Amino acid sequence: MQSEKYRVVAGPEAYFTPGAARMGIVLPEPGEGHIEGQIVPEEEALEYAARKLIEAKNPTIHPGPLVLWNWNEKAAKKAKAIKVLADVIPARIIPMADYRPKYPKINPEVEINPNHPNLTIWHNKEDVCVFVGVHCHMANLSLKIIRGGTSCFTIALCAQAGHEDANLSLRDVSPEKILRLAEWVNKLKSIPYVRPAGRTSNDGAERKSDKVFAK
Amino acid sequence: MSKEKIQICPEFSDIMPPEYRDLVEQSTYGNEDRGWKDIGNSKELIEAHSLCAGCPESMAFRYILASLPNPEDTVMVGSTGCTSLVFPMVAVHNIHSLFGNQNAVASGLKRALTVRFPDRIKDVVVLAGDGATVDIGLDMTLQAWFRQEKFTTICFDNELYANTGGQESGLMRKGFVAKMAPTGKKFDKVRLPEIARESGCCYVVNLTVSKPSLVEKVIKNAVLLAREVGPTYIQLYTPCILEIGKNSMEGLQEMRDSEKPGERFNYKEYITDEAKQYLADLDARKKAAAIPAAQLTE
Repeated sequence: MQSEKYRVVAGPEAYFTPGAARMGIVLPEPGEGHIEGQIVPEEEALEYAARKLIEAKNPTIHPGPLVLWNWNEKAAKKAKAIKVLADVIPARIIPMADYRPKYPKINPEVEINPNHPNLTIWHNKEDVCVFVGVHCHMANLSLKIIRGGTSCFTIALCAQAGHEDANLSLRDVSPEKILRLAEWVNKLKSIPYVRPAGRTSNDGAERKSDKVFAK
Repeated sequence: MSKEKIQICPEFSDIMPPEYRDLVEQSTYGNEDRGWKDIGNSKELIEAHSLCAGCPESMAFRYILASLPNPEDTVMVGSTGCTSLVFPMVAVHNIHSLFGNQNAVASGLKRALTVRFPDRIKDVVVLAGDGATVDIGLDMTLQAWFRQEKFTTICFDNELYANTGGQESGLMRKGFVAKMAPTGKKFDKVRLPEIARESGCCYVVNLTVSKPSLVEKVIKNAVLLAREVGPTYIQLYTPCILEIGKNSMEGLQEMRDSEKPGERFNYKEYITDEAKQYLADLDARKKAAAIPAAQLTE
């Protein structure tokens, strides 16, 4: 086992991407999150997620059926919070409306499908994406495929125990926690050394913000 | 659940794929008089399918889904076969059971729904092919009927195992030669409608899907009777045009030919006196309820 060495970094990793859990990555406990497989306090994960979203050229939120549909009061509240987050970043919203295999193909402009999420990521040149309201098994499938075939950084805002296969995952995500993430985005945007969306360099050059937030 | 429950969060209504917006705005959930004539005027509960072009099963699916009296409170149980390729595209709750287990799964489901929602009507409809219903799942099919489990069993009878290449099934007619049954079937087609009747089904119908109005009436009767009276069984001929050497356009004619007098899918209906009385009472109540409304409009 390579439990101490393995990091859940953005891909493209491989055609047969190893499951992060198999590589020794464990899920965070309540009050924690993980960044690339390393367990961190929740607030730190929120801050890092906010920074990634601000820096991204094409940040995109992928809400799933659990928040797209007005099932109950909680779903409605969460939908409102997600909209706030999307407006604050600002991020595009492309829904994962269902999980069925769609033939002959999906329209990557309007949706993402868990069976081939890479198509939407590629088409829209997404560099950071957020999964929220997607059922666990479909989120795991999608996150692994994205890590395998794209360079997109994945953030899972999970209402349950989190996702090992995301590059960053929070757990027990409530509408309030999403709003806290939006607050972090707002706060960091006001700091001059965090680059605004659309200004991230793709040449791998070190960014000022990397130094600021480096451990 | 009602149509009010099937709503998109307003924040996302503009970014939802169009088929879902249509489902909310134009589908027939909650409409008690829904039927096959809504096809073309409203959003169907089947989005798309990956069945072969001209497959009669796709027609059957569309008519059945248009005829369910209570789709928002219906759970369909399917099994392995061509039908299982369609279920992911259907906007009705559905469960894919292990091959042949569909009536056992439906039994438990119906009982659980009755306990969980005592004051709400929840329909369970099994929809499986002839392999699952008659060969591999015959035990489960019969036992559910013996126990008088209150749900509808629909068998899509294409008289062979279609999506595995054309093997012989119990419902294949005697003497038929299929790709994987080159010597021809040696024994008669299993007479499941008669077996269903003897096993305690209160309503049994054997028909094709060539006449949508008839299919609608039969499906509605079967589901309504299964709520109160007892198990019901519908055997629908949905020929596999590929396996019987027909073209896409010939499915309908094949069904018409097979429902002629004396043919194996000539319309046959069996209904118990109790079931007949129940339907008559239901009809009378519906008419009585409609009278004041008619008077008001005069």
